[in-house]
Amino acid sequence: MSEPVIFCDRLFVDLGGMTVLQGLSISVYNGDFLAVLGPNGGGKTTLLRVILGLEKPTSGTVTVFGAPPGIASHRIGYVPQRLFFDREFPISAWEVVMMGRLSRRKLLQRYGRADREKATEALEITGVAGIRNRRIGALSGGELQRVLIARALASEPELLLLDEPTASVDPEMKSTIYDLLERLRERHTIVLVTHDTGTIARHVSRIACLNCTLEMHEKGSTLGRKTLDSLYRYPVDVVEHLDAGGAKPDEHHDHA
Amino acid sequence: MPDILHFEFMRNALFAAILSSVACGIIGTYVVVRKIGFISGGIAHTAFGGIGLGYYLGVNPLVGIIPFSLAAALGIGLLTRKAKVAEDTAIGAFWAAGMAIGVILIGLTPGYAPNLFSYLFGNILTVPSADLKLILMLDLMIALMVWLFSKEFLAISFDEEYARISGLKTVALDLLMLCLIALTVVIMVRVVGIVMVIALLTIPAAVARSFSRTLHGMMVLAIAFSVMFSIAGLWLSWVFDVASGATIILVASFVFLVTSLIKASRFRMAH
Repeated sequence: MSEPVIFCDRLFVDLGGMTVLQGLSISVYNGDFLAVLGPNGGGKTTLLRVILGLEKPTSGTVTVFGAPPGIASHRIGYVPQRLFFDREFPISAWEVVMMGRLSRRKLLQRYGRADREKATEALEITGVAGIRNRRIGALSGGELQRVLIARALASEPELLLLDEPTASVDPEMKSTIYDLLERLRERHTIVLVTHDTGTIARHVSRIACLNCTLEMHEKGSTLGRKTLDSLYRYPVDVVEHLDAGGAKPDEHHDHA
Repeated sequence: MPDILHFEFMRNALFAAILSSVACGIIGTYVVVRKIGFISGGIAHTAFGGIGLGYYLGVNPLVGIIPFSLAAALGIGLLTRKAKVAEDTAIGAFWAAGMAIGVILIGLTPGYAPNLFSYLFGNILTVPSADLKLILMLDLMIALMVWLFSKEFLAISFDEEYARISGLKTVALDLLMLCLIALTVVIMVRVVGIVMVIALLTIPAAVARSFSRTLHGMMVLAIAFSVMFSIAGLWLSWVFDVASGATIILVASFVFLVTSLIKASRFRMAH
């Protein structure tokens, strides 16, 4: 197999005296659509932050596109949790999407026509071209989420990292976002972090369960004995997703 | 109003009002959207050390302020961003130390310190032409920097983490912005004094924010509000023969209060 896009080997991460990731090993290959599931505080966001170079591991190896994190930033599109925004900030949807072009431009270099074209294209792909001039605070949850995905796409990334893309959007919008990701996976390697277990299984190619807290035992028991055994030894494991029939898609039980 | 423009000091006051509004509208916008008003207050008060230095060395106190406010900007910025010192602690330490240095240097200066009051609380009616040139230069520098770094400043203001991921040197950009705040403080000292700088750095931009969809629009509007506050305050202080800096601040605060109340009542009606 070719060189992995993301490679983590026995990764340990401490945050504020707490071990958040314990010996995590995972490889993501070109074309993968990986969902990282797990409870809040299980280290999902931390894993993304390590991949992005925002958090340094205490020990272990992590490479992204064969280099240490933070080097290949222009090849990664990141969609953060939308909750953390100042909704009062005077910025239009268009300006947010243009921010995606930052990694393609040098300091002091101004945005040009190519940047505007890419941003327009990204807005069209995510279906929010019509609201480009609206202030960010005036957007609905689903619109904002698609603007943030457009920002990630505007940087022409090979790898897309999404943190809880369906948290706090209504169920109808949820499936719209999954449909969008379904189309995006043809061109991008996708890693998605979520605690939304219901619908996700139908869309992704692989699922990883991540939990470093003591609850892992109870949680693990629902994953079958084989998984449970490995969860005892390693708090983190990758479960190959069998097929669509194996999962139990039950949208009404989703609690976002 | 036109007849009072016969006086050179009045014309200078008007120029000072307009020029200082440009800086505080642009930089104040960043201060408000990034919620770094307290840091700006810290930089302003640390600058008192520079006023003392100016008196002690017998140079223009405005020139003495520049190294002090820049040192405060870099010092507070580096301590909180690199050494992980709590921000309010770093600000408090610089704030007090700067004022202490100022008090000691003024005490060491023989004779008494003329116009000290005007540096603390501003006196727009006594701005000499030489200071106007310095203010104009600093204005141009601030505007140029903001024009050059507009996409980077927007990024670190709206989403610092995304800026960092995009490969921007966010700490360096942050320090640069703090330095621009420091230079704005230098400009504002003549108008409202170091104690009240913080009001003109925040109020015009805060009022403008309610009416703006983009950061650039907010800057233009903040400049307009600042000019309005300054000129109205200047005129009122002339009419009632009271301190100009304080009057400007009171006009700004009054408008801020009224717009906030209107906003609050609209919010209550809508919910």
